[in-house]
Amino acid sequence: MEKFAWLIPALPLIGFLFSIFFGKKVSKNVVATVASLFVLIPFIITVIIFIPFISVAEAEAIRIPLLEWINIGKLTVNYSFQLDQLSLMMMLVITGVGFLIHVYSAGYMHGDEGFHRFFAYLNLFIFFMLILVMGSNFLMLFIGWEGVGLCSYLLIGFWYKNMDYNKAANKAFIMNRIGDLGLLLGIFLIYLRFSSFEYSRIAYEAIDIAIGDPIITSITILLFIGAIGKSAQLPLFTWLPDAMAGPTPVSALIHAATMVTAGVYLIIRTNILFTLAPFTQEIVMFVGLATALFAATIGLKQNDIKKVLAYSTVSQLGYMFFALGLGAYTAAYFHLFTHAFFKALLFLGSGSVIHAMSGEQDLRKMGGLKKALPITHFTFLIGTIAIAGLPPLAGFFSKDQILASAFAHHPVLWIMGVLGALMTAFYMFRLYYLTFHGSFRGTHEQEHHLHESPKSMTIPLIILAVMSVIAGFVNVPEVLGGGHWLDNFFAPLLAGTTLILEENVHEHLSHTIEYILMGSSVLAVLAVIFYAKIRYQNNGHVPADDAEPMSFLERLLSKKYYVDEIYDAIISTPIVKGAALVYKYIEVNIIDRIVNGVGQVVVLSSQTARFLQTGNVGFYIFAMVIGALVILAANSFLH
Amino acid sequence: MLTIAFYILATLTIASALMVLFSKSPIYSVLWLVVCFFSITGHYILLDADFLAIVNLIVYAGAIMVLFLYVIMLMNLNKESEPQKPMWLKFASVITGCLLMVVLAGALKGYSELPPAIITEEFGTAKGVGKVLFTEFLMPFEVASILFITAMVGAVILGKKHVND
Amino acid sequence: MENITQITGALTINHYLFLSSILFSIGVMGVLLRRNFIIIFMCIELMLNAVNILLAAFSRYSGNQSGQVFVFFIMVVAAAEVAVGLAILVMIFRNIRTTDINALKNLKW
Repeated sequence: MEKFAWLIPALPLIGFLFSIFFGKKVSKNVVATVASLFVLIPFIITVIIFIPFISVAEAEAIRIPLLEWINIGKLTVNYSFQLDQLSLMMMLVITGVGFLIHVYSAGYMHGDEGFHRFFAYLNLFIFFMLILVMGSNFLMLFIGWEGVGLCSYLLIGFWYKNMDYNKAANKAFIMNRIGDLGLLLGIFLIYLRFSSFEYSRIAYEAIDIAIGDPIITSITILLFIGAIGKSAQLPLFTWLPDAMAGPTPVSALIHAATMVTAGVYLIIRTNILFTLAPFTQEIVMFVGLATALFAATIGLKQNDIKKVLAYSTVSQLGYMFFALGLGAYTAAYFHLFTHAFFKALLFLGSGSVIHAMSGEQDLRKMGGLKKALPITHFTFLIGTIAIAGLPPLAGFFSKDQILASAFAHHPVLWIMGVLGALMTAFYMFRLYYLTFHGSFRGTHEQEHHLHESPKSMTIPLIILAVMSVIAGFVNVPEVLGGGHWLDNFFAPLLAGTTLILEENVHEHLSHTIEYILMGSSVLAVLAVIFYAKIRYQNNGHVPADDAEPMSFLERLLSKKYYVDEIYDAIISTPIVKGAALVYKYIEVNIIDRIVNGVGQVVVLSSQTARFLQTGNVGFYIFAMVIGALVILAANSFLH
Repeated sequence: MLTIAFYILATLTIASALMVLFSKSPIYSVLWLVVCFFSITGHYILLDADFLAIVNLIVYAGAIMVLFLYVIMLMNLNKESEPQKPMWLKFASVITGCLLMVVLAGALKGYSELPPAIITEEFGTAKGVGKVLFTEFLMPFEVASILFITAMVGAVILGKKHVND
Repeated sequence: MENITQITGALTINHYLFLSSILFSIGVMGVLLRRNFIIIFMCIELMLNAVNILLAAFSRYSGNQSGQVFVFFIMVVAAAEVAVGLAILVMIFRNIRTTDINALKNLKW
């Protein structure tokens, strides 16, 4: 079946070409069907490849060379795939969740005139994301990396007639680029050190390197910078909330399930390098934790559905990086996996709500939608419970594994992690209660139009809800009697790390402590949910309008700590002003003068040379003779 | 002895050439030019170019100069005083001319002290020239006839008086 | 003609070189000095003849007959040129009614 592996990325690419060139000429149904089909088939192929993979214990990665690419001197890079545990599971998520979102978009984007363009970009995104995870070397990763950045830009600014959306798209792309510089430098350093871009080669050679090697530390820091940009960590996270300007399926696919996880993928991929650089791991851990808490505090005070979810995404990504910094790679991936499902579910659910509310996104204008949108309500509730981390839903297992690793490292880290989890639970349930409970606070027209979404939108919601429930069972820890399948599955991937550390990656805590940790965190979460219920449902508390006076803390949080404003003042404005100065003094005065000067010289010289045309034949003859004279003289007297 | 003949002819040539320049009337200039051509013919004979000498006489002195005379007569340029160029220009021209002569002479001087080559009897006769002309230079010869046709046609067309409608 | 062929005396090519140069320069001076275009045209003929003499001299002094053939062709071209040139000059005269070349100043800037 590996022969057909090339079809996996090829089909979405063909889908893109079809939709872009022929999308306008065929009906919307055809476009949607073709696009979705060309994501479904890759999913099926992935599953077919995946099944024999699971059955073999400690399976070897499948390497599939495709085409020769660069062959200059000693540098040889080929297009080739590496299908191993990590890439296969990512491919399953990308194509699986991607397919569901395609189906959802068929319903959500129904009335839009850019329908075919939307599906084209979605397919293109799937293509690039697949290239990113399927590549066997860093250059293919980079192609995919840049490609998904491009598609993110295209999709965020999809409704391009609105200037603000375009600015948001620009912001996303530019911030990504800042991180990409780090990634690129890291890749260059990798080549310098290992003389190869292939993962296998690096894994092979890295085992013999000493821990704390400065070059490896630099490489990992640079790669992490790339991950910061792509996965919206502190300080390059402000683009993600602004990216909510794009259509909701885009937010679900790109900014929840797939693109932003590319940074996590990168670090898991190079886990052996990170194990060799404990210094970077500390940095990753702190950045991740800080992001998790920072974003969670902002989320407490946001009033736009999608913004709450956006900050929640940033926060959960922070958890993933927190886990990576602790060395718990499997836990990080596990959280990525479960997060993809319940975050996509939450975004799609919010899309359903917005669709029903005729485009309204402000929480304060919603309420009591439970009756009008039953399916949406129920699936949204499941997603909220999952993200809050209540057993037996998926979020509990993944978050718990991260927190256990944190505790093994240092108990204070566990406390901070739990703090973040509590805030998560609080703002998510605040969102839930304000949207679905209480009385309707919107306008009459909106109330009139309230309706449940069509099947194309609700069926993906249901499927994702089911996944949010059962996805946690892939890695049930021993302490609860599970076989922690994922840990075992990923073991060969982390073989290098294990070898270097000479101990099991999964730090062992005694069962008693684990029970205590689990129990206490669950109880704390339940308490918080109860508080939220009382505040928002029973007491009917609604956040105040923007016009009303707020305390300093409230204002700080609701204005997102003024981070955007700070960036603008410190970075953007000086650059723009500097550019204006350069324009004024260098461009206009110097360069323009030189360029215009050339033209002036020509004009002046021709005005002077004009006087040679006296019209007098005698003068012409004279000039000819003089000329012939000069030539003769020069010729004969110079030789 | 040949040298004396050369010097006499050379003097004649140069003198008549100068007279062409300085004559007041165009008709006189034409006549002096004819004298010049005759002396050049003499030079040709000195150079064993018999055929060329005769052709020079017939074509240049006979045809071309007659043509000039006709044109001058057509224009009624008998005793015309043309406006003179300003003095400084005349000086400049003379100086330029002399400069040219010096440069040419200087460039070509000392070319070689070769004696004239030994030649056959046929050299320069119609037979000799004809032999070369009709073997090596046949193509230019034929093309020359086309040239003449063109010139004729051109001259006729140019000379026509246009009837203004 | 035969006895002349054998006896050449002290004549070298340099004599003819000087003669030709002087004749050519006179022609150039004539072109520059006079304002009557007929005279100018005649001076051009003078220049051509100067070159002819030189060519014939070289032909003689190297024994190669091609030089004379070349002279022959120059005469051909000169004849054709005179025919057409004079036709043009006649036309010009018809238009400007004078033989002064300074009258043709329409291309002045």
